[in-house]
Amino acid sequence: MDFLSNPVVLSRMQFALTAIFHILWPVLTTGMAIYLVIVEGLWLKTRNPNYYYHARFWSKLYVLNFGIGVATGIPMEFQFGTNWAPFSQSVGDFFGSILGFEASMAFMLEAGFLGIMLFGWERVNPVMHYLATIMVAFGANLSTFWILTANSWMQTPAGGNFVEGNFIVKDYFQAIFNPFMLNSVLHMFFATLETSLFVIGGISAWYIINKRNTDFFARSFKIVLAVTIAVAPLQLYIGHSSGEQVYHYQPTKLAAMEAQWETIPAGQSASWSLLAITNEKAEKNPWEISIPHLLGYIIEFKPKLSEPVQGLKEWQPEDRPHLLGLIYYAFRVMIAIGVFFAGLMALSVLQWLRGKLSSENIWQQRWLMRGWILAAPLGYIAVESGWIVRCVGRQPWTVYGQIRTVDAAANLPPGEILSSLLSFASIYILLFCSALYFGSRIIRQGPNLELPVPGVDEEAGLDLTPAEHKPNRRPVEAQQ
Amino acid sequence: MESLEYFLPQVWFVILALFLFLYVMLDGFDLGVGILSLTSSSEERRGILMTSLSNVWDANETWLVIMGGALFGAFPLAYGTILQALYIPIFLMIFGFIFRAVAFEFREHANRKFFWNIAFGAGSFLAALGQGFALGAILQGIAVDDAGHFIGGTWDWLGLRSILVALTLIQGYVLSGSTYLIMKTEGELQNTHYLTAKISAVTTFIGAVYLTITTPIFYESARDRLFTQPLVYIFALIPLLGTLLIFLLLRSLYLEQERIPFIWTILLFLLSFLGLGLIVFPYIIPTKITIYQAAASPSSLVFMIIFIGFLIPIMLAYNIYQYIVFRGKVTGGNYGE
Ligand code: HDD
Ligand code: HEM
Ligand code: HEM
Repeated sequence: MDFLSNPVVLSRMQFALTAIFHILWPVLTTGMAIYLVIVEGLWLKTRNPNYYYHARFWSKLYVLNFGIGVATGIPMEFQFGTNWAPFSQSVGDFFGSILGFEASMAFMLEAGFLGIMLFGWERVNPVMHYLATIMVAFGANLSTFWILTANSWMQTPAGGNFVEGNFIVKDYFQAIFNPFMLNSVLHMFFATLETSLFVIGGISAWYIINKRNTDFFARSFKIVLAVTIAVAPLQLYIGHSSGEQVYHYQPTKLAAMEAQWETIPAGQSASWSLLAITNEKAEKNPWEISIPHLLGYIIEFKPKLSEPVQGLKEWQPEDRPHLLGLIYYAFRVMIAIGVFFAGLMALSVLQWLRGKLSSENIWQQRWLMRGWILAAPLGYIAVESGWIVRCVGRQPWTVYGQIRTVDAAANLPPGEILSSLLSFASIYILLFCSALYFGSRIIRQGPNLELPVPGVDEEAGLDLTPAEHKPNRRPVEAQQ
Repeated sequence: MESLEYFLPQVWFVILALFLFLYVMLDGFDLGVGILSLTSSSEERRGILMTSLSNVWDANETWLVIMGGALFGAFPLAYGTILQALYIPIFLMIFGFIFRAVAFEFREHANRKFFWNIAFGAGSFLAALGQGFALGAILQGIAVDDAGHFIGGTWDWLGLRSILVALTLIQGYVLSGSTYLIMKTEGELQNTHYLTAKISAVTTFIGAVYLTITTPIFYESARDRLFTQPLVYIFALIPLLGTLLIFLLLRSLYLEQERIPFIWTILLFLLSFLGLGLIVFPYIIPTKITIYQAAASPSSLVFMIIFIGFLIPIMLAYNIYQYIVFRGKVTGGNYGE
């Protein structure tokens, strides 16, 4: 148990725990925000109250996630200082400014309009309200943009150099648009969107199978399905580009993702390992099934690679990522889920085209609906797996090729970190159980189709004066 | 370029002070209401208290996140050193934030609200306590080496003085929360908070007086600076103005005015803030590291001014808009159930 007295290991465990827990919530608050923009837009356009009830129902789940997202995000930001002071001090010039931008552009936008989006239905006119919803969605996705920019820079630091251990920015543009940035932002953007879509679709499928509000949920199911037609295949393509960029810029990570010990020279066929048992001590995989040529196709769309794939043995053990099995399987789990999503989408579209998804007979599609229910939690698993590949695969570096993780961590007394780590663990278990409990309660309660619809009588003119003298309360559904 | 190297850190010192002040002013009443909820006599009252915050708490707290991000970017050295030195107070604050943030939604959905009531009240208290300790510790001085890295111990932040600062800050937050509630509530509930406002105004005043009198003794460099001309006149003015403001505040509470007490309270906070700022400047880790030593490179500071600076008025605008949308009294019986 000597890791319990190692501040670096403890800080890593704490960062891993808090990041893995934090990311569970932004997934819905960024992805579902887009769905809310869609349904509210449909409502404004058609004035069909059904869409209004969609906005109201799903935003209940939305707020639940939002609160926990904020609560768990704050420790993330402060941890850079508390546990990773040397890292913060040496990269603060760039990295810190990016976090500052994220907070002042993205977080404040979300926070500034969230109140209106949630409680403002009766206080501002519908157009103003729609604007607030759009701002919340925009803010959330802007925060994906900035945080992924910061993280991508840690993967491929660019735009300046390290002088006496401190990073000095020369060219902000280059640093922000570092080689990983664009693709990683897109992959994460689609990850949150896709996960949210399958969560909404899965919950809708549950209602449909149970014949509750079938009409209502057939509608959300189809909106979701329509959007996934574009999202699911695109995500596979972007994931492929992520693999390609890792291949070019982070050879140690690629070798770990593939559990590849020996170098594959350029021009030779590269097979893709499907399943393996890895053994880091013996430096080989005692057992492995692989598919010939596939790695070549994954990276370059052809059987033979133009550059070599370096094997792990090219580096000293202290220069390689560890936890090989974790990285290797996390990568495969993510891909499997991506492919499953795309397949489920294709199957559902087929049934749709055959007219089997009308609100009268959609409940008969029992197996398809079960597939969607199964898919609801999978996106989260893919997101966590992706981050494990990215962050654990980057080891032993915190800033790839520049700052080692052991030098990035603050030399704190182990007892201090252990106590905060254990506090986080227990608090987060409590939060997780409570969130599941209250979330499933909201779902079991179902939508409230009796809420008065605002602004049905008046035209949605651009009247910017808020309604006065209405009691300041959580609007009507609080009275249920 | 020489002058730029002084000018830019100074600009950022002022911007950070502004963020911190906005935070203390806004989340101050927010946390204060949370602490006051511990004394609420009924579920309905607690509901009103939480409703009065439900649409603003997140934005209020975000000022701290912005402050943190800006400090990280503008003074990376200070960010790392201070947070590492204040490990325990910072995590006290963070755990407090976690409990109170989730309490808003969880309490709403829970059948048995008891646990989440405690989470909200105690979380607010814990967050305020952590901040108080942090402030106290910074004023007390943080042990650093020549390069500005932390070399002190785990419990350095704990001391009689930081406890006193923490208690005073909590009183100040309670005062601010009370005057906010006077504005947002009516009837019985409002009366209660006229009372809590009066009590906390007096206790805050006592704490502040004690801290002001003892500061030059405890705090060497402050003494030197305090008694140099022309600063001495400004410093002499601050306690006088403070006393005047307390008097005006108590008077407006006595006259049962609704909005004025909140304004006096804010001015009190502003005044203490100016006082603190004048004592601390030009240090960012008092008496050890100046803002010039801790500052990021000039190009970085300029870049951040462009991106964050021009957002400040915009952020303020939509924050104010939100307050306008939700102006007016919170009435009872509409929360929960
Ligand atoms: C999907 C993108 C994403 C990722 C990878 C992260 N976050 Fe996050 N974060 C968000 C997306 C988000 C969000 C959607 O914007 C949240 C969730 C709920 C919310 O209010 O904002 C949020 C909240 C949130 C908050 C509270 C904001 C507030 O007060 O309103 C902070 C300080 C952070 N995050 C910081 C971090 C840090 C330091 C991360 C790196 C480890 C991180 N987040 C990963
Ligand atoms: C065929 C499918 C997929 C492939 C080939 C793929 C590939 C990759 C690769 C190579 C990385 C590592 C990037 C790096 O280390 O820089 C990654 C990261 C990631 N993946 Fe995937 N992925 C796929 C599907 C998915 C799906 C379906 C999701 C979620 C719904 C997902 C979510 C993520 C996330 C959140 C990350 C980390 C953040 C980022 O790099 O943007 N991936 N993916
Ligand atoms: C939210 C999704 C994320 C998850 C699930 C995640 C996961 C992890 C994990 C598991 C580790 C520990 C790796 C190890 O020690 O082996 C880690 C480390 C780290 N990650 Fe991430 N990460 C996420 C996002 C980010 C982002 C957006 C940033 C930066 C902006 C970031 C910065 C770091 C840093 C500084 C460390 C500690 C140093 C290190 O171990 O290299 N992470 N993360």
